[in-house]
Amino acid sequence: MRVHAQRVGALLGGLLFPALSMADWTVNMTPGVTGTSNDIFDLHMTIFWICVAIGAVVFGIMFWSIFAHRKSQGAKPANFHENTMVEVLWTLIPLVILVIMAIPATATLIDMYDTTESDIDIKVTGYQWKWQYEYINEDFGYFSNLTTPSDQIRNRQAKGENYLLEVDKPMVIPVGKKVRFLLTANDVIHSWWVPDFGVKKDAIPGFINEAWTRVDKPGTYRGQCTELCGKDHGFMPVVVKAVPEEEYNTWVADQKAAAEKERELTQKDWTMEELMERGKTAYATACAACHQADGSGAPPAFPALRGSAIATGDMAAHIDVVVNGVSGTAMQAFGGQLNEADLAAIITYERNAWGNKMGDMVTPKEIFDYKNQQ
Amino acid sequence: MYLIFSFTMFLLGGTMAMVIRAELFQPGLQIVQPEFFNQMTTMHGLIMVFGAVMPAFVGLANWMIPLMIGAPDMALPRMNNWSFWLLPCAFLILVSTLFMEGGAPNFGWTFYAPLSTTYGPPSTTFFIFAIHIMGVSSIMGAINVIATVLNMRAPGMTLMKMPMFVWTWLITAFLLIAVMPVLAGVVTMMLMDINFGTSFFNAAGGGDPVLFQHVFWFFGHPEVYIMILPAFGAISQIIPAFSRKRLFGYASMVYATGAIALLSFLVWAHHMFTVGVPLAGQLFFMYATLLIAVPTGVKVFNWVATMFRGSLTLEAPMLFAIAFVILFSIGGFSGLMLAIAPADFQYHDTYFVVAHFHYVLVPGAIFGIFASAYFWLPKWTGYMYDETLAKTHFWLSFVGMNLAFFPMHFLGLAGMPRRIPDYALQFADFNMVSSIGAFMFGATQLLFLLIVVKCARGGVKAPAKPWEGAEGLEWEVPSPAPYHTFTTPPDVK
Repeated sequence: MRVHAQRVGALLGGLLFPALSMADWTVNMTPGVTGTSNDIFDLHMTIFWICVAIGAVVFGIMFWSIFAHRKSQGAKPANFHENTMVEVLWTLIPLVILVIMAIPATATLIDMYDTTESDIDIKVTGYQWKWQYEYINEDFGYFSNLTTPSDQIRNRQAKGENYLLEVDKPMVIPVGKKVRFLLTANDVIHSWWVPDFGVKKDAIPGFINEAWTRVDKPGTYRGQCTELCGKDHGFMPVVVKAVPEEEYNTWVADQKAAAEKERELTQKDWTMEELMERGKTAYATACAACHQADGSGAPPAFPALRGSAIATGDMAAHIDVVVNGVSGTAMQAFGGQLNEADLAAIITYERNAWGNKMGDMVTPKEIFDYKNQQ
Repeated sequence: MYLIFSFTMFLLGGTMAMVIRAELFQPGLQIVQPEFFNQMTTMHGLIMVFGAVMPAFVGLANWMIPLMIGAPDMALPRMNNWSFWLLPCAFLILVSTLFMEGGAPNFGWTFYAPLSTTYGPPSTTFFIFAIHIMGVSSIMGAINVIATVLNMRAPGMTLMKMPMFVWTWLITAFLLIAVMPVLAGVVTMMLMDINFGTSFFNAAGGGDPVLFQHVFWFFGHPEVYIMILPAFGAISQIIPAFSRKRLFGYASMVYATGAIALLSFLVWAHHMFTVGVPLAGQLFFMYATLLIAVPTGVKVFNWVATMFRGSLTLEAPMLFAIAFVILFSIGGFSGLMLAIAPADFQYHDTYFVVAHFHYVLVPGAIFGIFASAYFWLPKWTGYMYDETLAKTHFWLSFVGMNLAFFPMHFLGLAGMPRRIPDYALQFADFNMVSSIGAFMFGATQLLFLLIVVKCARGGVKAPAKPWEGAEGLEWEVPSPAPYHTFTTPPDVK
C-alpha cells in the first residue's frame, strides 16, 4: 500500500506527501499468523497490483492526452468515434482478468468455510459491550471486559501502550490446533475480528455462525468489535492469547478448578461487608457501562439507580429485574451471565450504595433458590 | 429550489462530518460523548444521501432535462411541486429528532436491526416517518422524469439521440421506482416491530435480524447507483464539450449504464460477506460484483478515449470532470478489492470501506454535481461565473478531499473499525491528517456558495453557448433560459 501511495501520490502531483514522508506509518495490511490470513494477504496484494497496473495504463493515457492534446498546445480535435474492435477488447480483457482473479479467491473462500474436524470449540457471545467465551467441551466460560481506565479515555491520564485494546481475561487458545468459533450474540449484532487471524464473523442474536483458525505463532493478538452495536461499540476489544499446548492444558485445568470454586461460593455464608465489597467490583464490570459508576445512569435508555424505585423498593422485584432483565429495553437478563455470588453482591450493593440505604441484603443461596424455582 | 435545499443540507451534513472528524482528531474522548458521536455518523450519512446528493440530481434533472429534449417544462408540474415540498417536511422531522428525549437515531445510516428496533431510541418512529416521506418524494420525482422523457421529446429526438444525462436519469428513475418501495417496506417492518409487537427482525419471535440486511441492501446497492449514474451522464457530456470531440462510444455508454443498473440488483449481499451467507451464495455475489467492473470499466475507457486526441481546455467543469474520472476510478479499484470475498473479511466494516465509499461518493456524486453546476451556471443565471475563484474551489476541494479520505485506506488496512468515537494509539497520526483534510474540504465549500451568489448577481454576460465544444439543445436558447422554453418543439435531425 505504501507503493500505492507513492504511485498515486506521484500521479496527484505529490499532493499526498504526508503519507510518504513518514515511512514508519503503517500503510498496508499485515500478513498475520495463520494460513488463512496469509492467503488473504496474497489475494490482497495480487488484486492491488492488478489495480495498479490498470490504473497506470488508463491514467497514463489520460494524462498524456491532457498534456499533449491541449488546445493551448495547438491540438486539433480528431473526429474518430466508435470502434467495435476496441470496444470488444476493452470488455473482454477486464473479464479475463476478473476470471483469473476469481479462481484463487474461490479456493481461499472454500477453505475458510471448512469448519469441520476442529480440535477445540469455543462459543463466542457478543454482549453490549463485552465478549463471553465459553469452552463448551471443558465446561467453563467467562467474560472478557475492557480494562482501559476511564481516566485514560477522558484524557485525565496518559494513555497506555494497548489503549482500548486490553481486556481483563483474554481468550486463550493453543497454537497449531484447529480452533472452531461458534459465534452468537445476546442483544444486537456484533462482529468478532482478529486481523492477525484473518477471522471476522458477525455475531447475530438467535443464530450461530461458524469460523475457524489455526495459529502458527504464540503471542497476544488484538482486534475489535466491527459491527456498530451501540454506545460503547468502540470499547469492546477482542484479545486472544495463543500459547503452546502444554501451557494451554495447564490453563484449562486451572480454569476448571476456578469454576468449581466459584460454584462453591454460592454455598458460603456471606456478611454484608463481604457482599458490598464484591458488589462494588462486580458492579463496575457488569453494570457501570450503562448505569454509571455513581448510579446516575444515562436516561432515558439507562435509568438512574440512585434513589430509583427498583433499587429502593421491593427486594423480589429488584432480583427479578437483574436476573431476568426487562424485555423490550436495553436491560439484559444477567441471570445467565453472572454467578450467584456476583448477582447477590450487585443487588446488595445497589440497595446500599450512593445514598441508597435499604440496609437489607440478599445471599447467593437465595439467588440460587430464586433461579431454581423459575 | 431543489438545488438550494440540497446545498443547505450539504452544509448541515458537512457540519456533522466536521464534528466527527474533530472528535477523531486525537485519541480519547474530547468533544462529544459516544452516544452523540453515533447520532452524528447516522445523521451525516442520512442527510448526505437523502438530503444532499439525491435532491441535487433531481434539481439538475428538473432544470436540464426539458432543455435537453426540447420540452417547455417537466410533464407533471403539480406533482413536481409536491415532490419538492415533501422534502423540507421530511428533513424537519429528521433533524428535530436531535432535540428529542433519547436523542436522534444512533444506529448508523444503514440502521441494522435489532439495534434500530428493540434497542433503538424513542425517536426511531419519527425517523421512519421521515424516510417514508422522502421515499414518496423520490418516487414522484422519478415518475415525473420518466413521463417527461418518454412523452415530451422534440420530434426527431429518438431515444438513441438523447443526451447521456437524459439517458442516465431515465435509467436512474426506473431504479428509484424499483427500490424506493423496498426501503419503505423495510422501514414499515421496523415500525411494526417497534410499535405493534411483530417480530420480523427478532429471532426470539421467529424473525431474523439478517433478513433486515437482505432487504435493506436490496434497496441500498441500487441506491448507490442512483447517486452515481446521473453524475456519469453529466460527465459524459462535459468531457466531450471540453475535448471538442464527440463522445467515443455513445451506444456502448448507454448499454453500459443499463448493464450497471441491472447488475446492481444482483449484488446486494456483497455488503454482507461476514454475516454467514452460505458458501454458494457467497461465491455468486462475489462473481456478480466482479462483473460490475466490466461495464464500469467500459465507461472509464470511453471517457479516456474521448479525451484522447481531442483539443482540451481545462475550465472548472472540466477540472472537476477529470478529477471525477481519476478519483472515481480509485474508488472503483478499492471496490474491486472489496469484491474479493476472502479479502473482504479483512476489509469489512473498517476504514478501508469508509475510504472506498467516500472516494465513490465525494469525487463521484459531489464532484459530478459541481462539474454540472459550473457547466450550466451560465445557462441558469445568464452570467459567467468567476473562473479564478472556481479553479481555487476545485484545487482546495481536490487537495482537501484526498487528504481527508486517502489516509483512511491505510487506517482500514491497519485494522481500525468504522463508527468508533475513539481509537487505539497506532491510528492517531493518520486520523489527524484525515481530520485536517476534512476541515479544509469543508471550509472550501463556502467558497462555492460565494461563487454561485456572485454569478447570480451579475458579471460578464453569457452567450447562448458559452462553451466552444458543447453540444445539445440547451445551448440553442439564450442564457438565461427563458421561462417555458421550446413552446414550439424544435426539430432534431
